[in-house]
Amino acid sequence: METFLALAIPGLFTGAAYAIAASGLVLTYTTTRVFNIAHGAFGMVLSFVFWDLSVRQGWDPLLALVVVILVIAPLIGFVVQRLITRGLGNAPVSVSLVVTVGMFVGLVGLAQQRWPEDRVEVDAPRFVEPFWLTFADGDGVPGWQIGGTTITGHQLITILASIAVAAALYLLLTRTRIGTAMRASVDNPDLLRLFGGKPDDAAALAWMIGMSLAALTGILMVSVVGLSYVDLTLLVVNAYAAALVGRLKSLPMTFVGAMVIGVVEALVAGYSVDNELLATIKPAVVPLVLFVVIVAMPQAQLRIGQVKGMVSAPVPTVPRMGVSAGAVLLVTAMVVATGSEVTLLRLGTAATFAIVMLSLVLLTGYGGHVSLAQLTFAGVGALAYAKLGEPNLLGLGVAVLVAAAVGALVALPVLRLTGLYLALATLAFAVVMEKIVFKNDTIGFGTGGAVEAQRLSILGYRFESTGSYVFVMVALFLLVGVAVLLVRRGVVGRMLIAMRDSPAACGTLGLDLRWFRVGLFAASAGIAGLAGALLAGLRGVIGDTDFVFFNSLPLLLLAVVFGITSVTGATLGGIGLMLLPVLQAESVGGVPLGGVMFMVIGLGAVLAGRDPNGLSSYLFRGGRWVEQRLRTRLSASLPQLPPAGADDVHEDAEEPVAAPARVEVGPGVPARG
Amino acid sequence: MSLLEVDDVVVQFGGVTAVDHASFTAEAGQVTGLIGPNGAGKTTCFNVISGLQRPTQGHVRLDGRDITRMPVHRRSKRGMGRTFQRLEAFGSLTVRENVQVALDIHRGLAGRLRTVGRPARRQRADIDALLERVGVAAYADDRADSVPTGAARLLELARCLAAEPTLLLLDEPSSGLDETETDDFGDLLRELAAEGTAIVMVEHDMDLVMGVCDTIRVLDFGEVIAIGDPAAIRSDPRVQQAYLGYSDETAPADGVDETPTTVLEVTR
Amino acid sequence: MSVPILEVCDLTAAYGRIEVLRGVDLTVPRGAVVALLGPNGAGKSTLVQCISGQKEPTGGDIHLAGVNVRRAAPEDLARVGLCTVPEGRSVFPNLTVEENLQLMSYAGVPAAAVFETAYTYFPRLAERRKQLAGTMSGGEQQMLAMSRALASDPALLLLDELSMGLAPLIVEELYDTVARIAETGVSILCIEQFARTALRVSDYAAVMVGGRVVATGEPDEVLESMSDVILGGAA
Repeated sequence: METFLALAIPGLFTGAAYAIAASGLVLTYTTTRVFNIAHGAFGMVLSFVFWDLSVRQGWDPLLALVVVILVIAPLIGFVVQRLITRGLGNAPVSVSLVVTVGMFVGLVGLAQQRWPEDRVEVDAPRFVEPFWLTFADGDGVPGWQIGGTTITGHQLITILASIAVAAALYLLLTRTRIGTAMRASVDNPDLLRLFGGKPDDAAALAWMIGMSLAALTGILMVSVVGLSYVDLTLLVVNAYAAALVGRLKSLPMTFVGAMVIGVVEALVAGYSVDNELLATIKPAVVPLVLFVVIVAMPQAQLRIGQVKGMVSAPVPTVPRMGVSAGAVLLVTAMVVATGSEVTLLRLGTAATFAIVMLSLVLLTGYGGHVSLAQLTFAGVGALAYAKLGEPNLLGLGVAVLVAAAVGALVALPVLRLTGLYLALATLAFAVVMEKIVFKNDTIGFGTGGAVEAQRLSILGYRFESTGSYVFVMVALFLLVGVAVLLVRRGVVGRMLIAMRDSPAACGTLGLDLRWFRVGLFAASAGIAGLAGALLAGLRGVIGDTDFVFFNSLPLLLLAVVFGITSVTGATLGGIGLMLLPVLQAESVGGVPLGGVMFMVIGLGAVLAGRDPNGLSSYLFRGGRWVEQRLRTRLSASLPQLPPAGADDVHEDAEEPVAAPARVEVGPGVPARG
Repeated sequence: MSLLEVDDVVVQFGGVTAVDHASFTAEAGQVTGLIGPNGAGKTTCFNVISGLQRPTQGHVRLDGRDITRMPVHRRSKRGMGRTFQRLEAFGSLTVRENVQVALDIHRGLAGRLRTVGRPARRQRADIDALLERVGVAAYADDRADSVPTGAARLLELARCLAAEPTLLLLDEPSSGLDETETDDFGDLLRELAAEGTAIVMVEHDMDLVMGVCDTIRVLDFGEVIAIGDPAAIRSDPRVQQAYLGYSDETAPADGVDETPTTVLEVTR
Repeated sequence: MSVPILEVCDLTAAYGRIEVLRGVDLTVPRGAVVALLGPNGAGKSTLVQCISGQKEPTGGDIHLAGVNVRRAAPEDLARVGLCTVPEGRSVFPNLTVEENLQLMSYAGVPAAAVFETAYTYFPRLAERRKQLAGTMSGGEQQMLAMSRALASDPALLLLDELSMGLAPLIVEELYDTVARIAETGVSILCIEQFARTALRVSDYAAVMVGGRVVATGEPDEVLESMSDVILGGAA
């Protein structure tokens, strides 16, 4: 019992910190319907700011604390609400979530640029001291003895802060008019306006408070976790879990959830010393809890009167697909013939990312579901391919099937859920895979972190050279791309779009949405698995660092920014994601290219809020514009052309938009010559 | 035995009772009108029948079988089709594709395999015939979110018909249609009924309701307050009250048909 | 003669390509109660949304006490004395009665005064002040909604389908309240499907069909034609 308490009590203090973060998350979500994936990333950046002010600039820590929490954080919250997340609450989850993923990626990038890890500063040690170190009991021992454990001043401050936050939020939400208005705007913002209230102000206040709480959590945790971009950011997963215990609406339940999570985490850590099972799950206790909580969520009823049709990217005709695919192959062949080994490896990486993005085109672009675990599925495919040791089409096929099966397994328990919950479930799954399964010696990459894989041979021919192998990868990418487009044009594609537009109508027409969704998830995971298997063959040695969950976020983001509804978007996105780390290291005329790239992505994410077809849609628009100009010029120069020709065409052309252009150019060109 | 039996259904949201012990039936080959003032619980009734809303109490039977807890998609397999008051067309698909999807879903994977060898042109002709029948052929290649409300409603009907339903639930099908379109629509309903389909229709256009319905059930405050043929309903004082409200001198029911139409004439 | 409190001139509005209002002209004189009647889909609720600033018209003008408010935001209109009670239950279901009342103070009356008015008019609300509004009966919810009209002393009150989904007896009670508000000199535009009920309390009536106001006049004249409009002409 004594050890139990000794182990459990410290958990209460981390739980208190999670509670502060989670209540900020719940507040912004309930008031504005935007789930801020970047909540932890904001906390991370703001604790770096605190460190910068207090350690590097030498400010008084208390002053720095006040400035960060009461000035900088609310200011950022206000700006974010006004410029980025305003009006996003009514958007589909695939849009609103991606915008916050955009902020997430941007913030991590910003922190890495602004406070690079490798910069050594003599005057500024890279850590933050705990608060109230001088606190000591009568014997001069720092801290207090309670239940066989020592409580530090910092821990005391943490728990007091969480109590203060809880009390303040309670008073704000129930005792003040603006607080009541915040809750009212959850119910019905339009009605609030008729009352004379301003939902926009309530939203801004919620974001300001949320940001302050993110900062407070970050600063309280930074002395425990250390100044780490990733670890500080990922603390938020614990907050997600706590927030979901409160069903994203109940603050008291959120606090309870946070405390329980803190204690469970501490107990597992304590008892794992002599328990193998606990030792295994220790690194992923919280994501496991998160997954379980999501699975236990009640089923949402089919909603009626939701978002209607979206503008989709044009689906090319078969000849067009052929021409584009040919062009890509030609360029690849040229690169293969002339490029260096490094270039070839980069091209192979781009192809990998592009194939993973194709899996997102299917899942998110057509199906409207968000997955934050696509790289994890790729990792599963890579593992299966490497472990099987069959570097041929059979082995590749098995790898795809294994990844698909895992995808189906993730979707099964949560197939009742949609949108945000599904996305968070994939996130929890990804973290669990990364921390437990991928580390496993038997089924994972092992403690060494890497396994070997061989290059693919097809029908007995082994693509041993990097050039030929990359060519095969690009060819497979094109094959999958064409397959995805054919699916879109066919019966399943229509059903996917129909399901995205109106699940209720699909249900009443007789479609079993749940199984369809599982199939979709499996197919998407399978495609990602293919990418992973191919990457394994390309690298020869593949490890868990190639599939870290963290990188699924920029992957999703770039897929959306470049256009998640089109194969063109996936192509560009794959190249973009591959170039990201390459450019980050380089600069032109003193301007770091990585920064430019992040700006492009940020802009793209904001634009994606308006046009879900991403940057490639501007490409399409440009193409159509040129086509139209060409057409009008041609027809103007050929007034004598008999209209009969145009009639012929309509009969066999499936795409009325594209077909006339093709035909008028045909007879037009020789006539001009 | 009636094709559809709604038996003592109650639906409560929080403390508000949306449907209060409603019971009614619908027969094959007949058009049943479900009318009543706004907020009387008609759409909620439809949601219960089609499975989008679990009733707090009561049963729904289709063809004698209790379907109260049956999942939405299985009801469709048993011959139920419905349209929505707030449009649920697949906005990013064309009108033709909307019907195509319905056909695909109806036939299922097995049916799909069976029709593999079948020329696509013939399937397309089937769909176009359906679009022609409901009167939206002119919009076949337009995106469904760009067609007028009336056409989108008819499209939803075409989508249902693709699944060859035995029971059709139509939620305010005529709003958005002009006079001629409404007349054509009424004819279509009679045709469908003559083919044996049971049709239940929530509708506000009384000319249409009186013109095509075999039976009318009046729902008020979640409760069925009157049942009868159009003539009986028209002269029922309770219906008058439900629609026009009480007045101190409770207006005589038979006064309705004699009222001068001077004000109305301004409308056309 | 003073400027009318509300003057709608040639107002048009559309949802996408579909025109819902096709040139509406309507005047509410100061201190008068005007009933706006018409069949479903005539555009009545759209008109209310335009007047209250929730929906931007495509053309025409809306003058509130002589000021053109066509582009004003709903919250600003609410703060200068336009009280809109929209269709359906116009309360916040997940807030308590007291919290609902508290939010009514945005219209410029202190919360304490709102409480007092509401509880005086509707003692039943006082009994339930800690109860969530969504768990009350439909009639009680409408009482709560009407408290805003009572307490805020508005320049113009817009009532949209007050009776929706309510038992006739409760509707009668609510209209008694409307009559009482009217007695204090508040101008009211009242949209209602129950023609007789609404006409009982109104000074003028207007009939809307197909996005236009097709008739205006004394309540009695209009009532005679109403059953045809709503229950359908001789079939």
